[in-house]
Amino acid sequence: MDDSTITAESKKQTIEEQGPTKGVTMVIFSGDLDKLLAAFIIANGAAAMDVSVTMFFTFWGLNVLRRDGPIQIAGKKTFVENMFGRMMPRGPNKMMLSKMNIGGLGTMFMKREMKKKNVYSLQELVKQAQEQGIKFIACTMTMDLMGIKKEELISDIDFAGVATFVDIAKSGHSTLFIS
Amino acid sequence: MAKVDLMKIKVTKVVDERAHACPGPLIETKKAIASIPVGGVLEVWASDPTATKEIPLWAKDVGHECLGVVVADNYNRIFVVRKK
Repeated sequence: MDDSTITAESKKQTIEEQGPTKGVTMVIFSGDLDKLLAAFIIANGAAAMDVSVTMFFTFWGLNVLRRDGPIQIAGKKTFVENMFGRMMPRGPNKMMLSKMNIGGLGTMFMKREMKKKNVYSLQELVKQAQEQGIKFIACTMTMDLMGIKKEELISDIDFAGVATFVDIAKSGHSTLFIS
Repeated sequence: MAKVDLMKIKVTKVVDERAHACPGPLIETKKAIASIPVGGVLEVWASDPTATKEIPLWAKDVGHECLGVVVADNYNRIFVVRKK
């Protein structure tokens, strides 16, 4: 009887030891609706299966983390930074398909179909991801390059560079790059 | 394990996920299992047909037990026991 208790104990311990190293790291480079949907579905699925997920948002992917609407920021932006800010989509609701967009018409139809067929919208998936404790990291280099300020992004996210990403990625089982 | 009569089983909580496609049922099942005690039974209603494969796989992976699936009108009832 003692033996079985010990086995059960050590088994439990092994599972607990395996816990933190089981992880997926994702680089969200793309700002396309379809690619982001796939990325967030994988991320949410992995989190539901008790896999720790970290999403690193860089370049066009950073726009997923932007708040909608004009935001008061401290300090001034340069002309180019302002243009970047105006031309890039603000948040998950503004993303377009990478194919068959047809000036937004394709995206409109896709969103309508998604609603009809009960598929989560990108906005909902982002919300679910945060609720499930998925870690979001905004690439500070991209932010600086494109003139995106912290107050323009959603709350409860981390700000970091490549070293942080590599540090997390090397402890994970797999890294996905969404381009 | 002896076969359980799913129609007579005492269910602790029911999650209605008929309004969500993949990965909705999975996410909500994961959230709901935390709200019931260990040994409790969670019943998930899903109209997404792959949920009948996905939820048992999820249960096996994270350490719970799927008792089985009962087919209802246009949806499936999936029974999971919280094991830890």
